[in-house]
Amino acid sequence: MDVHMNSTIVYRVNSMRLLVGIIFLSVSALATSAPRGDELYANHCAACHGDTGTGGVGVPLSLPSFLESVDDDFLRKTIRYGRPGRVMPAFRALSDAQVNAVVSHIRGWSGKPAPDFSGKPVRGDIEHGEQLFASHCAVCHGAGGEGGKGTGVTFSRKRNLPIIAPALNNAGFLAAASDGMIRHTLHFGRKNTPMRSFLEEGLSEQDIDDLVSYVRSFANGEAPPDRTAATVTETIITAESPYSLEETVENLKGAIVSQNFILIRTDTLEHGLATEGEEDSSEVILHFCNFSFLFEALTVDPRIGMFLPCRVTVTERDGKVMVTTINPLYLSRLFNNSELDVFCKEMHGVYTAILEDATL
Amino acid sequence: MKKRLASLFLLVSWLYLPQLVCAEEIIMTRSVLAFPEAMLALQESIGAHGYTVSRVQRIDIGLTGMGYKTDKYRVVFAGKIEEIRELTDKAPQLTAYLPPKISIFAEGEQTILVTINPQVYADIAGDAVDPIIFTHWESDLRSIFSDVNMAR
Repeated sequence: MDVHMNSTIVYRVNSMRLLVGIIFLSVSALATSAPRGDELYANHCAACHGDTGTGGVGVPLSLPSFLESVDDDFLRKTIRYGRPGRVMPAFRALSDAQVNAVVSHIRGWSGKPAPDFSGKPVRGDIEHGEQLFASHCAVCHGAGGEGGKGTGVTFSRKRNLPIIAPALNNAGFLAAASDGMIRHTLHFGRKNTPMRSFLEEGLSEQDIDDLVSYVRSFANGEAPPDRTAATVTETIITAESPYSLEETVENLKGAIVSQNFILIRTDTLEHGLATEGEEDSSEVILHFCNFSFLFEALTVDPRIGMFLPCRVTVTERDGKVMVTTINPLYLSRLFNNSELDVFCKEMHGVYTAILEDATL
Repeated sequence: MKKRLASLFLLVSWLYLPQLVCAEEIIMTRSVLAFPEAMLALQESIGAHGYTVSRVQRIDIGLTGMGYKTDKYRVVFAGKIEEIRELTDKAPQLTAYLPPKISIFAEGEQTILVTINPQVYADIAGDAVDPIIFTHWESDLRSIFSDVNMAR
């Protein structure tokens, strides 16, 4: 009895030591491991901006004229808020220390200290700024400051043009850019990009202040929205077919063609996964494409492979035939690209029409 | 003792939670390899992780055939048959999203890989499926992407 009790006590003491040890190691590991900017950049930024910031889907962060014209606060807020609807996501889950580490890593490419802009708001003539914007800025930045179209050098940009004109009316940009930073960019431009120095173009300092005030007037006073929140909850588009599986497949082929899409192939869901001859024939996929539509969508966002190729799945379970597609509107929020939203809406209409045609 | 261990698990989970919730819904990586080599590295890593490549959709071939100029762009479908069967059986709404796929496309001399974080599938599947499978998928996908990223 005593031996048993002693061993129980020893076991409990050892368990407590183990507990304390694990907690101590966990806490100390977290406390002592300062975030590594290079690692965070590699994990979160390099895929779009390039390993050394030379750009790609994202802007070239290591461009000297870019780093000379943005302060660290701009970089921090850009990481934090992103650019709602303009691909650059908001990294809200990163800690302040992690964001600072990424900023330090990016700043390290310039070898120079960050510029220091005045925090004072610029007071200019908004109406005059609007006139100047229309004549000097709108050709690149859009009439309403909505920015250039498309992203990604792969499909939509020439490789010798590393910058798409930023959306100056974007809530993320307006939250990140100070008046002083915008004024500096207008004064000096950004070498090796289409952004020119407007002092050299003949504008006065007052003209530039008027432009800054006009750009600032795009702000509506609200925080940049979180576009990742799901506003569409239907994950699929689906319809029950009154026909047999084979008849439904034939109906779908006709419906796809009538929507100006080309049928690529028909096979089972398990094709290529299951041993040939053992595939479940009650799950059939029709793959189809409209190459013109595809090409336009790729110029808007090269990441859309997740939607490709267009497909409808037909399944038969317990005598019931169902036709199903993904819901592009559900997926579109993942991409943070308002231009892509337009294509997703159109594709939602196409899928719905195909399902209705085939199951009527 | 069980209560203490449960408390310990919760504490450690809480300490590491910020790293877990950092997970983005689109997973991307860049390879310094040119497209053909990156594609090879991808397919090898998929196989090494126990998945079968069921199809490679050659998006660029289709576009080029229709007269559009494009870089290399493929979509790689991969999965494990027993997992796909289990998921389509328990959560038919997932059928339209399966098998999982990875987009791989050239960007100049380098290559970019993109996929949906499988945790998105967990949202679609709802309570019908044990979400641990999507955690495994995410872990495997990140490992596969890391393989391609590190390949030289």
